[in-house]
Amino acid sequence: MATTDIHIQHELHHHDDHEHEHHEGNFWTNYVFSEDHKVIAKQFLITGIFWALLGGILSVIFRLQLGFPDADLSWLQPVLGGWINIDPITQKGSLDPEFYLALVTMHGTIMVFFVLTAGLSGTFSNFLIPLQIGARDMASGFMNMLSYWFFFVSSVIMFVSLFLETGPAGGGWTVYPPLSALPQAIKGSGTGMTLWLVAMALFIVSSLLGGINYITTVINMRTRGMSFTRMPLTIWAFFFTAIIGLLSFPVLFAAALLLIFDRSFGTSFYLSDIFIGGEALANEGGSPVLFQHLFWFLGHPEVYIVLLPALGISSEIIATNSCKPIFGYKAMIGSMLFIAILSFIVWAHHMFVTGMNPFLGSVFMLLTLIIAVPSAVKIFNYVTTLWKGNIRFTSGMLFSIGMVSFFLTGGITGIFLGNAAIDIQLHDTYFVVAHFHLVMGSASFFGMLAGIYHWFPKMFGRMMDERLGAIHFWVTFIGVYMVFFPMHYIGIAGFPRRYYSWTNFDTFAGWADLNMLVSVAAILTLGAQFIFLFNFFYSIFRGRLAPANPWFATTLEWTTPRLPGHGNWPGEIPSVYRWPYDYSKPGAADDFIPQHIPYSETPESNLPHENELIKLETSNGEGAIIVEGKGH
Amino acid sequence: MKSLIIIISVALILGILYLIFRVGNLMSIAKGRPKDARVGPDNKIHAVLFVIFMIVSLVGFFWYSWANFDRYQLPIASEHGARTDALFWITMAVTVIAFVIISIIMFVFVFKYQYKEGNRAKFYPDNHYLELTWTIIPAVVLTILIITGLNAWTDITSPASKEAEVIEVMGQQFAWIARYPGKDNQLGDYNYKFIDAVNEFGLDLQNDKNTFDDFKSLELHLPVNKEILLKIRAKDVLHSVFLPHFRVKMDAVPGMPTQFKFIVTKTTEQMRTETGNPNFNYELACTEICGRGHFSMKMSVIVEDEASYEQWKASQESWLKQNPDYLNKIPVELREAAMIKAGIESDPGAVASAD
Repeated sequence: MATTDIHIQHELHHHDDHEHEHHEGNFWTNYVFSEDHKVIAKQFLITGIFWALLGGILSVIFRLQLGFPDADLSWLQPVLGGWINIDPITQKGSLDPEFYLALVTMHGTIMVFFVLTAGLSGTFSNFLIPLQIGARDMASGFMNMLSYWFFFVSSVIMFVSLFLETGPAGGGWTVYPPLSALPQAIKGSGTGMTLWLVAMALFIVSSLLGGINYITTVINMRTRGMSFTRMPLTIWAFFFTAIIGLLSFPVLFAAALLLIFDRSFGTSFYLSDIFIGGEALANEGGSPVLFQHLFWFLGHPEVYIVLLPALGISSEIIATNSCKPIFGYKAMIGSMLFIAILSFIVWAHHMFVTGMNPFLGSVFMLLTLIIAVPSAVKIFNYVTTLWKGNIRFTSGMLFSIGMVSFFLTGGITGIFLGNAAIDIQLHDTYFVVAHFHLVMGSASFFGMLAGIYHWFPKMFGRMMDERLGAIHFWVTFIGVYMVFFPMHYIGIAGFPRRYYSWTNFDTFAGWADLNMLVSVAAILTLGAQFIFLFNFFYSIFRGRLAPANPWFATTLEWTTPRLPGHGNWPGEIPSVYRWPYDYSKPGAADDFIPQHIPYSETPESNLPHENELIKLETSNGEGAIIVEGKGH
Repeated sequence: MKSLIIIISVALILGILYLIFRVGNLMSIAKGRPKDARVGPDNKIHAVLFVIFMIVSLVGFFWYSWANFDRYQLPIASEHGARTDALFWITMAVTVIAFVIISIIMFVFVFKYQYKEGNRAKFYPDNHYLELTWTIIPAVVLTILIITGLNAWTDITSPASKEAEVIEVMGQQFAWIARYPGKDNQLGDYNYKFIDAVNEFGLDLQNDKNTFDDFKSLELHLPVNKEILLKIRAKDVLHSVFLPHFRVKMDAVPGMPTQFKFIVTKTTEQMRTETGNPNFNYELACTEICGRGHFSMKMSVIVEDEASYEQWKASQESWLKQNPDYLNKIPVELREAAMIKAGIESDPGAVASAD
């Protein structure tokens, strides 16, 4: 590490770290308040892993309640204290119903925002954007550092809220008012909700700081020859994700701000005609549906903020490990762009039965179902990429295939839910739970794991254990299906979400068996994640040393040293001469040609139009090199 | 003691697993991997596992869906429910066909094109005809689904006819109460500021005569084969009316009354015979998170033929009769009319003031 650092300093003249030009920096500047995108990525990753574990544990606690309603949970009392109610007669412990709701809420908030937004985008956008486009670092290292530390403070606040006497926020992750606005309605809407809102406000700041950086870096800092049409699909995905986030997160911020006003300063944006706790509140004229519109204006794009990076990552990994160019590179970009645009005009499909004007329902139904087209294109393109490939089942590849499978299974149920007429029955049932946990939760989670396995060698210079990775994959893959597939049946039968128990209703009472299966599968799936944790932390220190390009990939990050130092490339940044998917090109000696290899060196495999480009390569003049090159 | 044993045994198991992992690792290092090997020794196993996974899960999916159909398919008891369920099953057919075909193709490809030494993948970056095909086919199929769905949605949400039976349901933490219009068939006005422990609906007795004969019910009685317009509102936070057998769902929003119109096609009795369950009851559930008791917010629903429904309605006392104290909220000149309309024989307030 030290040696690479020194090498870099000779080359690095544009960067803003003159203060530690001739020394290595201390522990604080290197590992804590670092401005290096790779360190920040790892910070996001480790924090994300922490949150994922916590979110997973929370879900298992409420699954215990759902799967084994008669079980004695008093053994959880040392941890959960007063949230376990002890029956005075039977001495059996059970989960407090309000804490159950708090668990559901925090599980959702943590998984959607802290794991799959910050943990996924934060990690891989940070890590891969500069490495794959050939930049020394992000456009603003300082803002990038701030982005992490805002996220960190947000995390701390959200974490603290778990330990409040009145419990964390408990109104569902969508925090619909009036429930979330009135502490009289549920305990979690007291201090817990205040902290939730503060944490989310900081989270949004973090997300915006990160997003601006990603966009700027992608637009401005691509290396010579890295035109937009030569960017790997990962970068395209991160780029779209950042733009979606930049446009939609401020709306959530506005929604949260108005909710803060309603809660603390007596305004009536969302409150009207409420009689609660024995008194009629003074608020009149507000509308809870307004909040839902604002929330889902972020909430729906958020689905794609979570999903697009996973799609990008798996495109890259599937192409690399099939040894084939991704099929329909431009169609993949086009469908991502189309999805990104559509994601802004479909939000009210979450609100078909909220009392919104039915005509709006028709419009949103039409727009929603259109999304199925680009999604289908993506699936077909993945499958065609596998066709006639030479597939290596690395851990990253296994998880990518798993992600495509989840995307398909979960995506298809979206066609039911997007149809307003069918949604009447399915809305807020377990069918919805099954749908989004597969298509957005598990698919994105698998994308994230695939990314970790695939880029771990570049992050830590060592390999993760492939066999443990495979065990992790198979248990998780089957486990996730066992958890979420049965929920479709429970949902078709009408079982509503967020129910603490189902024994009160004859209509829903018959599903003890499937609920138990789901809970057992959830526990096993969580258990399998410890295999990953062991593999991850063990390999950081004791893993096999990684070769420079362990997966025989073409993209630029594999041209860096085993452990790239600050500035990423010890010498000059490599130029790019070709698209990132020259795999198994006819005539080529090897089955991959990295992006930095000029066409002039591969006359045997060049296509006719590529031979034309050789002239531009060899003229060696700055101006002749493809348009968006750096350093003009 | 018991927990100590558990802790020790867990630690032991973890220790053994770790040792196995280390030994395996060292073995593989000792054996060494061929230098140019691009795949691990397990590559074939994964390819096979994927195919096994596909077969087992598809067979399991079809078998379970077939064997348990009656369990998860709730009987339909409303006119529009038959329509939305038909849409549901058409969509199911279309998507399951697509799902099965794509899954099989994908996992077969995964198996068939697993890494083979010396094999070379096909350089096949794009094909516009293919892309066009699988853009157009889903687009056409979706258009059909969208049009049928839109038609159904428009009909379901169209305004109710004037003859519809209007019934109000109000959600509150954590119960439902219903209000019927009484003999005048007009639901009286309300204002949330008049709500108190007794006047749960916030009936506007001062200004609206239609409130006088409204009556409250803790059960939802519905007539069969007659259009019903359910007026829905909430007292405190969001709730959602869910009548699973009628395929009815609509949020109850404080400050914004909502509604849903539907026609029930089967009485409770008919349903009991049909399902063979003598204890069958329709139920109304809450499907919008509303707090601690969300999961227990239930209302019993009774569907009767029109005659028994009318009979039941006639037998109900008006809310005002049950709470005659509220007569003094009514302007003096209207009290007489109110008493007649509410079916009150003597004015308890008048008696009290005469004393």
